[in-house]
Amino acid sequence: MSFDNLDTLYRQVIMDHYKHPRNRGKLEGDALVVDMNNPTCGDRIQLQLQVEDGKVKDAKFEGEGCSISMSSASMMTQAIKGKSIEDALRMSHLFSDMMLGKEIDPGNLELGDVEALQGVAKFPARIKCATLAWKAMEQGVEKK
Amino acid sequence: MDARSIREQFPILHQEVNGHPLVYLDSSATSHKPIKVLEAVDAYYRNDNSNVHRGVHTLGTRATDKYEGAREKVQQFINARSTKEVIFTRGTTTAINTVAHSYARANLEPGDEVIITPMEHHSNIIPWQQAVKATGATLKYFELNEDGTLNMEDVKKSIGPQTKIVALTHISNVLGTINPIKEIVELAHRQNAVVLVDGAQGAPHLKVDVQDIDCDFYCFSGHKMCGPTGIGVLYGKQELLENMEPVEFGGEMIDFVHLYDSTWKELPWKFEGGTPIIAGAIGLGAAIDFLQEIGMDEIAAHDQKLTAYAMERMSEIEGLTIYGPSAAKRSAVVTFNIDGVHPHDTATALDTEGIAVRAGHHCAQPLMRWLDVTATARASMYVYNTEDDIDKLVSGLTKTKEFFGNVF
Repeated sequence: MSFDNLDTLYRQVIMDHYKHPRNRGKLEGDALVVDMNNPTCGDRIQLQLQVEDGKVKDAKFEGEGCSISMSSASMMTQAIKGKSIEDALRMSHLFSDMMLGKEIDPGNLELGDVEALQGVAKFPARIKCATLAWKAMEQGVEKK
Repeated sequence: MDARSIREQFPILHQEVNGHPLVYLDSSATSHKPIKVLEAVDAYYRNDNSNVHRGVHTLGTRATDKYEGAREKVQQFINARSTKEVIFTRGTTTAINTVAHSYARANLEPGDEVIITPMEHHSNIIPWQQAVKATGATLKYFELNEDGTLNMEDVKKSIGPQTKIVALTHISNVLGTINPIKEIVELAHRQNAVVLVDGAQGAPHLKVDVQDIDCDFYCFSGHKMCGPTGIGVLYGKQELLENMEPVEFGGEMIDFVHLYDSTWKELPWKFEGGTPIIAGAIGLGAAIDFLQEIGMDEIAAHDQKLTAYAMERMSEIEGLTIYGPSAAKRSAVVTFNIDGVHPHDTATALDTEGIAVRAGHHCAQPLMRWLDVTATARASMYVYNTEDDIDKLVSGLTKTKEFFGNVF
C-alpha cells in the first residue's frame, strides 16, 4: 500500500551502504577528527579526514544512527576522496540544495551514489539525518 | 469510559495523514486538546482579554477571575491545602528549575547530597547538576532493577542524614514505570530531606493527591494533560515556599519597590514575575474540568488496560523488544525496538501509514545508556486512544519489519 512511498526514501543503494558501509573505521596516523551529533535524535558520527595539499586524501567514519545518516556518511566519504577541498565543499552545497528539493547542476562533479538520497527531500524530518556527515566534513576542512 | 465518544471531542484526530486516518501515539510528548479547551482559550481572547491584577476596568476583573479561578481548579485537582501552594509556570521544566535555583541553592552545602534516579528526563537531571556545582553538594543516583523499576533496597540504603533533596519522576516517560513516590517521601522525610516529584507524566494519567503523597514539591505541565503548551504548575508546601526567594523579578511579583530595595507579594504571586500566562492557565483549567468529568480513576484504568493490550499485541511480533516493567507496573508508555531496524526508520515507516510515534532518546540520554541502546521508538497513549489504534500500530510494525527485512 502506501509503503510504496517508502521505496522513494529507502532506495536499494541506500540500504546497501547502510548494511555494508564503505570507509568505516579509523585512519592511521595524523588525521583531522570531527565529532558531531544530532542532539534531537542521538545520532552521532566521528569523521576522520586526511587532508594534504588542499586535497582530501582519505576519509573514514564511525558512528551510530539510522539508515539515512549512516548510509549518507558512507556515500560522502566515497564521494569526497581524492577531491580538492573546494570541490568537496561544492559537493556539500549541492547536497544541501538537493535536500531542499532544488534542481541541481553538478557540472563536472560526480555525485555517484549520493544522488540516491534525493528522495530524502520529501521527508523533511529526515533531512538532518542525511546532512550530518556533510556538516561534519565542512567543519573538518574549515578547521584546516 | 468510552474512548470512542471522547475521540469525537478532539477535532485534530479527525484527519488523514499520508492518506491514512491519523493514529496518534505520541501523547507522552504532548497530548491533544478537546474542543472545550480550545473554546475556553478562544473565548478568553475574544471576550475577556486583559491584564490581570491591575485593571479597575471590567475586562481586567473578568480576566483576573478566570485566571485565579483556574488556580482554584488546580488546587482541587491535586488536593493542595490552599491556592497559595499553586504557582503557575511555563511548564514542568520551569517548575523544577525554580526549586533548583531557589530552594536548592539556599539550602545545599558541601557534604550534602541530592539523589535522583537514572530514569529521569533531562529536565530533572540538569537543574540538579547545576545546583550541586554551584553549592559544592554531591549528586547521586538510586539504582534500578533489571526491569526498570526502582531498587527500593538501594533507595532505603542511600537516603541518609546527608541527603537534602530527593527528586524523581512519578512515571518514567520512557519505561512507563510508576514509582512508589509515597513510600520514598516517607523514607526521605525520616531523614529530613525534601522530595520533588516530576509529575509531567504522572498528573495526566493518575489521580494526584499531594497531601496524601506528602511530597514537598510536585511539578507538571498543562500540555500533556489536554491543556495548552506554555503553562505548568509548581506545587510546593506553603512553609517551604514562604521561605524561598523568587527567581524572576519584575512586575506582578512585587509589593513595594524602593530605589535600592524591594519587597515581594505574598504567595503564590511572588513567584509569578511579569504578565502571567493567562490564556494558558484558563486553558489548563478547562482541561482539568474535561479530565475530571471523565474521572482520573477511569482514565488510569483505561490507560492501564490499553497498555496491557499494546504490550500483549506487540510481543507477538518476533524480534521486537519492549523495554521496562510489566504492564501492571507501568502507565501508557511502550518503548521498543525492532531488531535490525533503527527507530527513526521505524518511525518514518509508521508515519507513511499515518501512525505517529516518537523515536530518539526521549530527553533521557542517561537512561538510554542504562538500557544500552542509542535510541528507541515509543508509543504512548491517552484518553482518546482505542484498541483499534493499537491494532493499526501492530500491523504497521509488522509491515515495517517485512519492508526492512526485504530491502536488506
